[in-house]
Amino acid sequence: MSQATELLAPVAPSRARAFGRPIWTAGLAAAAAWAATAAVTRALPNVVAFGSDDLFAGLTGFGAVGFLTLAFAAPRSGRVRETLDYYGPWFIAVGVWLALWEFTTAKTGWLPKPFFSAPTGLLHVYVTDGDRLLYCIAYSARLWALGFGLGAVIGYVAGVALGWSKPFAYWGMPILKLIGPVPATAWIPVTFFFFPTTFDASVFIVALASGIPITILTSSGVAAVDRAYYDVGRNLGATSWYLISRIAIPSALPHTFVGLFMGLYYSVAVLVVAEMLGAKYGLGWYIQFQTNYSGYANVYATIVIMAFICAGLVKLLFVVRDRLLGWQKGFI
Amino acid sequence: MSAVLARAPARSLAIALDKVSHAFNLRGSPLPVLQDIDLHVAAGEFVALLGPSGCGKSTLLRLVAGLETPTQGEISADGRVIEAPDPSRILVFQDPTLFPWATVWRNAATGLAARGVLERERGRVDEALELVGLTAFARAYPHQLSGGMAQRAALARALVNDPALLLLDEPLGKLDSLTRLTLQGELLSLWRAKGFTAILVTHDVEEAVLLSSRVVVLSERPARIQREFVVAAPYPRHRDDPELVSLRREILASLGLPT
Repeated sequence: MSQATELLAPVAPSRARAFGRPIWTAGLAAAAAWAATAAVTRALPNVVAFGSDDLFAGLTGFGAVGFLTLAFAAPRSGRVRETLDYYGPWFIAVGVWLALWEFTTAKTGWLPKPFFSAPTGLLHVYVTDGDRLLYCIAYSARLWALGFGLGAVIGYVAGVALGWSKPFAYWGMPILKLIGPVPATAWIPVTFFFFPTTFDASVFIVALASGIPITILTSSGVAAVDRAYYDVGRNLGATSWYLISRIAIPSALPHTFVGLFMGLYYSVAVLVVAEMLGAKYGLGWYIQFQTNYSGYANVYATIVIMAFICAGLVKLLFVVRDRLLGWQKGFI
Repeated sequence: MSAVLARAPARSLAIALDKVSHAFNLRGSPLPVLQDIDLHVAAGEFVALLGPSGCGKSTLLRLVAGLETPTQGEISADGRVIEAPDPSRILVFQDPTLFPWATVWRNAATGLAARGVLERERGRVDEALELVGLTAFARAYPHQLSGGMAQRAALARALVNDPALLLLDEPLGKLDSLTRLTLQGELLSLWRAKGFTAILVTHDVEEAVLLSSRVVVLSERPARIQREFVVAAPYPRHRDDPELVSLRREILASLGLPT
């Protein structure tokens, strides 16, 4: 132990010099890039007008001031500083990207309307149509939560039953193998006919799309449980219920999570299609509606929202998985 | 440790196998693994089963545990026919088979939780972990344990149920030789303190001679009882005891191995 500290001692100061730089230089570059964006937006005349120029210049200028402050005020070491150092190149790249984007669209018209939009155009959509977008987000969120929730619960219960019970597997597996590969979108026209409202039909479609991978993966996980675990359980006096709930289910959980991730992707994909075809509100409907009016800025703005929502959901599922499957660390 | 051992009740089972034969169903055709096994193990006895690889020793233990039923013959514990597994007869496997998703404490508590008595008898889990020296690792997960520690945890999981019969299926087979020697000693002191009946399947003749009071040698599959050796030496035994060394040589010869 003391030997180890002796070995480290001469190394430590040089490390401190290497990493403990007083000024966060990437922050200076980022501030310059973001300031350039603000300057391009504010100083050059518009060839094509998208609106919200002042707000965009203000926001990017505010960002530039923020980076400049951080460049001098950021802590010399520690967690915050490591994060800043790590993401520094990204902050610069985003600033450069915004400046080029604004320049090639609004300022020169090289990338023409309506298929291309300027960053100011996207911002303008959020400013002018924010209420409707929020309503659409809420509408899609309700549809997704109901569909995915139902699909996950029913799919999970069905998966455990199929993996555990021989009669269930005998009757259920062939049906699952036949229905499972059919793309859920193929059901959309008939379900709109069978369900009283398009919303009910959409919930069903989303539930189907997310439920099937969860069922397949959970059942295969339960069926693949090491028989020796059941021997241990039976030997120690476990009931069937204990074998299912305390051995089969936790043992199959890694599979179940793969199913949940697949279900998450399918559910969002199907949700957008279902909304495009028959909904009165929702992000999918909004994209479809705006495309009909050549509102491509609105379409891009919606895609950006979707990207953040989907990435957030995936991240959330990862957090849940890491909490529940912490015991797996030695295996993966 | 000794305090825990002292107040453990002496509980043991007498096991009788009468003309037990067993066959596996292998793609429609029967594969006989055990043939006409007659074996009586007295209450509190430590019997070791030796035999060639794959001869059916493990199957014999599974039958006595009640995890499978013999195709012919009868196995009884204290005169009652064994038809189903029971926590009084516990099988310890070559692999620790700990549940990877549960902590060491939770694993040890499996028997009590499975029978719904964990809340009343939580103390037994702590006692068992203390007995095998894993108190400090109660909150660890199986992947954090060494092979020897994992096998100790499996032993604790068995001991929590205060078994009257311990069926040991090469429990030390996969351990390194030093850990193995340590655990042999611990197993022996547990048996002597608790007084349960023990049936040990092993490939290690020295281990059989060192631990058991009787060594039963089985033949190639389908296994029959070939010979029995009584190990009369009193405990504690020493590996270099000339009597044990010559007995070991005799057993190896009966297995057809050069001595």
